[in-house]
Amino acid sequence: MNNRIDKTGIKIGMWLFLYSEIILFGGLFVLYAVYFYKYPEFFSEGGKELNRVIGAANTIVLLVSSFTVAASITAIQRKAKKQAIAFLVFSILCGIIFLVNKYFEWGAKIHHDIYPNSETLVSGEPGLNIFFGLYYVITGLHGLHVIVGMTLLSISLILVMAGKVTESSYSMLENSGLYWHLVDLIWIFVFPLFYLVL
Amino acid sequence: MDSQENNHILSYTKLAIILGILLILTGITVAVSYRDLGFFNVPMALAIACTKVTFVLLFFMHLKYEGPIINLSFIGTISFLFIMIGFTFWDVAFR
Repeated sequence: MNNRIDKTGIKIGMWLFLYSEIILFGGLFVLYAVYFYKYPEFFSEGGKELNRVIGAANTIVLLVSSFTVAASITAIQRKAKKQAIAFLVFSILCGIIFLVNKYFEWGAKIHHDIYPNSETLVSGEPGLNIFFGLYYVITGLHGLHVIVGMTLLSISLILVMAGKVTESSYSMLENSGLYWHLVDLIWIFVFPLFYLVL
Repeated sequence: MDSQENNHILSYTKLAIILGILLILTGITVAVSYRDLGFFNVPMALAIACTKVTFVLLFFMHLKYEGPIINLSFIGTISFLFIMIGFTFWDVAFR
C-alpha cells in the first residue's frame, strides 16, 4: 500500500507540539519562581485570597475528564463506539464545568477590584500586583487551552459518530486526548502553586 | 495494518485505579497545605504535583508504552526545562 498512514509519525508530531507547550508554560513558571523568591509573603497573602474549594473542585473535574478521555480511547480500541461517544460527551461537559467555575472565580475577583491594572492592585503592594498578574496570565492561558482542548474533543466526537475514527485509525482522537491530558498536567502545577501557597 | 505495533489497550479498571491514586494525591496536597511546614511548603507541594504528573504521563498519555523516540525526546524536553528553571533560579538566588 502506497498511502499507508504513519501513525507513529503522527503521534511524534503531536508530542513535538506538546514539548513547545511545556516550554511555554515552563517560561511562565520561571517567572512565578523568581517573583515568589522575591515576594514570598505577598504570594502567600495573595494565595489565601483565592478560593481553595473552587480550585480543588476544578482539579477533580480535570482529573476525571482526563480519565474519561483515556477511557474513550480504550473504548474505541475495543470497538465500543457508544461507550466512546458517552465518555467524550462527559469529558466535554467537564470542560464546560471547569470554565463555568473559572467564570465565577474570576467574576468574584474582578468584583473585589482585583484584576490587571485595577486601582487596588496598582496602588497596593507590588508583590500582590505581580501575584495576581501572574494568576491572570497563567490561568487565562490555561483557560484558552481548555477551550482549544474542548474544540479538539468535539471534532473527535463528531468523527467518532461519523465512523471516521475507528479501532484501526484513531490518531485524531488519540492526539486530542494527548492535548487534553497536557491541559490537565499544567493545572496539576497551577493548583498548588497559586491556591495552596501558605 | 503493520503500524499498530504499539497499540497497548489499557483496561477501564487500570485507568480507574490511576484516577483513584490521582484523587487521593489531590486530597493529600490539599490536606498538607493547611499545615505550615516552613521551608518545605513548596517542595512538598511540588513533589506531590510531580508524582501526579508522572502517573498522568505514564498511563493516561501512554508514555509507558511508547517507543524510544518519544520517550527520549520527552526526557530531553524535561531536561531542558530543568536547565531553564534551575539556571534562572541559580542566577537569581546568588545575585
